[in-house]
Amino acid sequence: MRVEFLWWEGCPSHPEALAELRDVLRSENLDPDLVERREIATDEQAARERFPGSPTILIDGEDVVAPDDGEPFSLTCRVYRLRDGRYSATPDADVLRAAVRRAKENR
Amino acid sequence: MTLAIREKAPEFTLPDTDGRHHSLPVGQVTAVIFTCNHCPYALAWHDRILRVARDYDDVRFFAINPNDAERYPGDSYEAMRERVERDGGWPLPYLHDESQDVARAYGAKTTPHIFVIDTDGAVRYAGAPDADHRDPSLDAVWLREALDAVRAGEEPARAETEPVGCSVKWRQ
Repeated sequence: MRVEFLWWEGCPSHPEALAELRDVLRSENLDPDLVERREIATDEQAARERFPGSPTILIDGEDVVAPDDGEPFSLTCRVYRLRDGRYSATPDADVLRAAVRRAKENR
Repeated sequence: MTLAIREKAPEFTLPDTDGRHHSLPVGQVTAVIFTCNHCPYALAWHDRILRVARDYDDVRFFAINPNDAERYPGDSYEAMRERVERDGGWPLPYLHDESQDVARAYGAKTTPHIFVIDTDGAVRYAGAPDADHRDPSLDAVWLREALDAVRAGEEPARAETEPVGCSVKWRQ
C-alpha cells in the first residue's frame, strides 16, 4: 500500500494530521512509517501535483477525501468536514480508516 | 509585529459587505477579528464568534478579511458579500481590508486572530478564540473571558494566547 502525505508549511494542521494518519495505520496493523511525506512549497508545485490544500492524503494514488470539482490547486489550508458536519483542518479519522481498509481489501 | 498588550490600537475605516464604511469607535469596548472565507480554522470558529457577538450587545465587533483575493479568489469582496447574504446576515460587519494596511498595522498573523480593545483604545487581549478549533463546546471562552474582564475594567487573566489558523495571505 502506498500512503502519501502532502503538506504545506504555511498551514499548521500537518503535524496533527500526520499523527492521526499514523495512529490509523497502527490501529490497522500497518507500519506507520510507510507514510511518504512530500512538502509542497510553491504554487507551481501545487499545480503540478494537483494539490488542493494542506494536508492532502493519497492512498494508492487516491485522495481519501475527493476534492470538489473545480477546486483550485494552490498553497492553502484544506477545509475538511467531520462526520458530524463540523469544519476541521484535518480529515476525520473514521474517513481515513475507511480509506485504509478499502485499500487493504483491494490488494 | 503584532501589537503589544496595552499598545494603542490603530484606527481604520473599511467597507462592509453592503458598502458602508466602519471605523474603530472611541470609548467603547471593541473586538477586532481578522478572519476569512477559505480557512478551515476560521470556518470552524465562525459560529462561536458569532454567538459571542450576539451575547455581548454592548461591545462593537468587526470581522476583517485581509487576504490577497488575487491568489485566493474565495476571499474576494464579492465572495464575502455572497457569504453574508447566503447566511442571511451576520451580527457583526464583515469588512474588506483590500490594501492589507489594517492587518499590517495590527500585526495580524492568522485567520482568525482576535484583538480586544478597551474604552481608551488600548489592546487588552490578542490571540485565539479558545484552545481548539475542533471543539465547539469551548464556546470561544478566551474571547469571552477577555471581554468580561475588559468590560469590568479589569485585567484579562489571559491577555495573550497563540493565534492559531491559516497564515494571512499577503500580496507578493
